[in-house]
Amino acid sequence: MATEADGHSDGGLVFHPMDQFIVKPLFGDGAVGMFTFTNVALWLLLAVACVIALMVLGTSKRATVPSRVQSVAELAYGFIYKMVEDVTGKDAVKYFPYIFTLFMFIVFSNFLALIPMSFSPTSHIAITAVLGFGVFIAVTVLGFVKNGAGFLGLFWVSSAPLALRPILAVIELISYFVRPVSHSIRLAGNIMAGHAVLKVFAGFAAITAVAPLSVLGITAIYALEVLVGFIQAYVFTILTCVYLKDALHPSH
Amino acid sequence: MATETTGTASACVGPDGSAIGMPQLCADWMPNQIFWLLIALIAIYFVLSRIALPRIATVLAERQGTITNDLAAAEDLKQKAVEAEDAYNQALADARAEAQKIIAQNKAEMQAELDKAIAKADAEIAAKSAESEKAISEIRASAVERVEAVAKDTTGAIVAALGGQADDATVNAAVDAQMKG
Repeated sequence: MATEADGHSDGGLVFHPMDQFIVKPLFGDGAVGMFTFTNVALWLLLAVACVIALMVLGTSKRATVPSRVQSVAELAYGFIYKMVEDVTGKDAVKYFPYIFTLFMFIVFSNFLALIPMSFSPTSHIAITAVLGFGVFIAVTVLGFVKNGAGFLGLFWVSSAPLALRPILAVIELISYFVRPVSHSIRLAGNIMAGHAVLKVFAGFAAITAVAPLSVLGITAIYALEVLVGFIQAYVFTILTCVYLKDALHPSH
Repeated sequence: MATETTGTASACVGPDGSAIGMPQLCADWMPNQIFWLLIALIAIYFVLSRIALPRIATVLAERQGTITNDLAAAEDLKQKAVEAEDAYNQALADARAEAQKIIAQNKAEMQAELDKAIAKADAEIAAKSAESEKAISEIRASAVERVEAVAKDTTGAIVAALGGQADDATVNAAVDAQMKG
């Protein structure tokens, strides 16, 4: 993509839809080391700041009749709490802070990424893979700790005919190990694709004749991205709840 | 793919500063991303689990308590209102019964007075009619007497005119006999 654009950057249509995902140091031009303060770090910390602003500063009055910000915080709390309770069960409420952390982080990263010129951490597979595999490993360890070898019953479909069970076990096993991959790629793919499409539409705005159409397209895709940003956070969270339920109650 | 030594040094950025391939797959940047992600997640987790979530939980519980209390108070007030209404209705019914009683009493008194007046009038009427009866019978008796006297006189005169001799005793006896028959 970039190699094509190399030759004719002097004029005409130049698309660099992936440039927005480049990680670069914010101070100085060094290599990106592990602890370098990069744009990734900035936007991740901004997400943290937003979470703190909403959940801590917004609720600082502890009002019985909530202010607007406080009621949004309570809404988010109630939304995820109910999800954990409904999907995973009452005994999973003690894992609610972890799930809520995931949700708040993803939703704020997604929304902050929609600010023009911003950076979208959740479009990076390195980030979402940490989240996805983190959930996978946590859930698997929890499953074995809680149920011992009984956790393997998850793969042994006792309601199926005996002859089919080994085949189903193989399928279940494969699908189990695909979970973290799909879990993380789903989020990164959605966010990356949306932002790349926005950039492509923006590139077309350089042509005067197409510019109004391009602006219209950007507006529409932007609206869609707001929706996608929330839905992907929701999907990630609810899938985490489902996996957690499998770990706590592995019987089919 | 010329590796830069001047610009942002990375194998994933071309000489013109644009990305080579998908920046997402650039292994050079991943440790940095993962490091800051873990920092961010740990920060969010601690802030939420230590401060925000307990606070929201207490606020929600307090609100639930307040709502329950208010509902109970409302129930109480409603009960009181119902009682007040009952008392009002009771008072109304009492007043109505009282009024009914007074009306009945007045009616009875009036009836008694009326009865007394009627009885008095009846008595007067009876007395007057008895008096009249007496007067009539007196008149009748005196009329009969007078008729008898006239009849005796007339009889004596007729007898004398016919040239008969009549003493009073005979004439009287004859007239009496006639008048009785």
